[in-house]
Amino acid sequence: MEGPPPVSEELLYSEPEEELRTAVADLLADRAPWASVLARTESAEPYDAELWKALGTGIGAAGLLIPESLGGAGASLREAAVVAEELGKAVAPVPFLGNLTATALLLAVHDAGNGTAAAADELLRRIAAGEQTVAVAIPFTRSPDTTYKGRVSVTPWPPREDPHEARVTGRVTSVADALPADVLLVPADGSIYVVQASDAKRTAVTSLDMTRVLCDIEYDDTPAMLLTTRYGALQSALLSAAAILASEQLGLAERCLATTVEYVKTRHQFGRAVGSYQGLKHRLAQLWVQIAQARAVARHAVSATGEEQAIAVAVAQAHCSAVAVQAAEECVQMHGGIGFTWEHPAHLYLKRAKSTSLALGAPSRHRRRLAELVDLPAS
Amino acid sequence: MPPLITQHDLENRVQDFLAAHDPRTTSKQDFLRARFDAGLAWLHYPEGLGGLGLPRDLQPVAEKAFAAAGAPDNDPRRIGIGLGMAAPTILAFGSDEQKQRWLRPLWCGEEVWCQLFSEPGAGSDLAALATRAVRDSEGEGDSADWIVNGQKVWTSMAHEARWAILVTRTDPDVPKHQGMTYFVLDMTAPGVEVRPLRQLTGEAEFNEVFLTDVRIPDSQRLGAVGEGWKVAQTTLMNERVAIGGGSSPRESGMIGVLAQRWRDNPGVRDAALHDRLMILWVAAEAARLTAMRLSAQLAAGQPGPEGSAAKYAFATLNQQISGLELELLGEEGLRYDDWTMRRPDTVDFVGRSPGYRYLRAKGNSIEGGTSEILLNIIAERVLGLPGEIRADKDVAWKDLPR
Repeated sequence: MEGPPPVSEELLYSEPEEELRTAVADLLADRAPWASVLARTESAEPYDAELWKALGTGIGAAGLLIPESLGGAGASLREAAVVAEELGKAVAPVPFLGNLTATALLLAVHDAGNGTAAAADELLRRIAAGEQTVAVAIPFTRSPDTTYKGRVSVTPWPPREDPHEARVTGRVTSVADALPADVLLVPADGSIYVVQASDAKRTAVTSLDMTRVLCDIEYDDTPAMLLTTRYGALQSALLSAAAILASEQLGLAERCLATTVEYVKTRHQFGRAVGSYQGLKHRLAQLWVQIAQARAVARHAVSATGEEQAIAVAVAQAHCSAVAVQAAEECVQMHGGIGFTWEHPAHLYLKRAKSTSLALGAPSRHRRRLAELVDLPAS
Repeated sequence: MPPLITQHDLENRVQDFLAAHDPRTTSKQDFLRARFDAGLAWLHYPEGLGGLGLPRDLQPVAEKAFAAAGAPDNDPRRIGIGLGMAAPTILAFGSDEQKQRWLRPLWCGEEVWCQLFSEPGAGSDLAALATRAVRDSEGEGDSADWIVNGQKVWTSMAHEARWAILVTRTDPDVPKHQGMTYFVLDMTAPGVEVRPLRQLTGEAEFNEVFLTDVRIPDSQRLGAVGEGWKVAQTTLMNERVAIGGGSSPRESGMIGVLAQRWRDNPGVRDAALHDRLMILWVAAEAARLTAMRLSAQLAAGQPGPEGSAAKYAFATLNQQISGLELELLGEEGLRYDDWTMRRPDTVDFVGRSPGYRYLRAKGNSIEGGTSEILLNIIAERVLGLPGEIRADKDVAWKDLPR
């Protein structure tokens, strides 16, 4: 017998993380039951500003990653992931993920601290205080490893010494969480600029996922302030966002399975609960196995650092995206006719699940990236 | 309560033992016997039976210290059934006399054990077993010998085993989960015939065991007459614990073999195979992290049902990976390394050819609980879904259709 296996507690949840989960779950149970989420999708206000305020500043979810010196909680992606799990379960219409992506970008600038950090720090302070919500203005489908060449250009080019002088022109489409944002971080010509959202023209689009609002953004000689020429900050922010998205997908899949299991226990056909038929039991058990794996890979993705982080995130996105879609599709199917109706929450899960599987890089994209990282070349 | 021993105390105790029994000058057998007698064999067993009544999690501390000193091991792979299944059952149900007789040579590896549960008509449905044990009518009432007749199958190590744990039917007039009795069988007794069972890989890891008028003294019964199912549950529970979690580096096992083949042979690469390779690589990594999480949960005192899931996942994965490996090989995939009937003690996935891996992996979803049974366990015990409808529950065993 060999010595004890190396045991990684980081794959588990800590007590403070469980406490945070309970606080978020209680808030969501109270303020965002699925029926009200559904009703909101048909209203003029598709995202829930009041809920975001309660979550963002009440519980402090907006400033989780921000250092205490800037008014945040000084927590890590691990805590943010627990919030994302609960938001995924509730398909909650709040700009948590978009705000987190922007925060991660600003933190990368803050950490580099190359003279322009003051602007980033000021924004971080405002996010933590709940005064402003920030979004990164790129298509939601961008994966962390793509070199994003947007259709936004800057004048003057190259950037002047005085960063306030710049103007941006161009158009970006299918941007997540930018509609409720006050400030946009705009990648353009290999640098990143800060634009006041009200200066840009934002047009809501009809999204497949009714619970996460997308918009198209147009800039026409719009005033912009240089944030950083360090474009790598964008990749690192998208990597954090993809890690967090895996946890959101985990939460969504868990909710789909729980809802479906409850249903098949009570729905009777041919004189038996339909959940007693092996055809359904085995599919649900397989789904449970997939979700147990999703939990392990999602935890690893928000714990890994350094070179391992890129591998861990690619694995998590390749796995969790698929599991969320499978869970949501099984949820619709196993609910039978009722699962196909507007009145049942299954469609909210399905739309969210399929959309997130395209977001921040589809599974095939992450597998290709992984192949490079672990030296398994395609040709 | 006995005074608790710390990790430090234990390390000292092992060092004292090693000073008194230098592994370089002591014979393997003497060393292992002395280790058993010193209570340093399985630490959680009672004193006098190879242990010190310590918590299980101290075992790795002792193993590490013994390994570091170059101490001989008791060949746990070869005697795995004895260690993992027979010993805990004897400990739980054996008389003092039985424990004294069997545990020491078992642990020292002097006596190999096998397990006689499955039958041609009783695999996943183990309680359907038909091997009969009846009291010798010539003998004296409650202590009379038993006469056993029947056939067992899938018995690994039977050709080397000195002893077997055996479940039999002693009362066919009650429903199938009752009326069973558990014995220890002397594999050298007259009437025990072991025949190799050749598998589709060509080799014979397993045996068929035919029992014809085999006499078992009543002193070799484990547990009460008619309570064999309860005793067998203890054996099977311990088997599942042994399969449990673990922790291994990335690209361990078959995915590592496949990945290396991909790296070494640029000629095999095409886009479709590449995506399948990466899908399996991700699945293997997910299974590996899940096993690690299971270990962490166990260490934190939160045992979960992931053990069944892990076995199911690895079985599925091994089959898919080994299938893809053959496809990568093209012409070479048409060849096989060796159809000779060998009798290996353990499964050698990595040392054999890709064709062997492909064929042997087919057993992973059958042995130790079929994938279908594991999914039922998850569905019923974890998700709380209704049990399968059972037609045999309240019917006397003898009246069941067979």
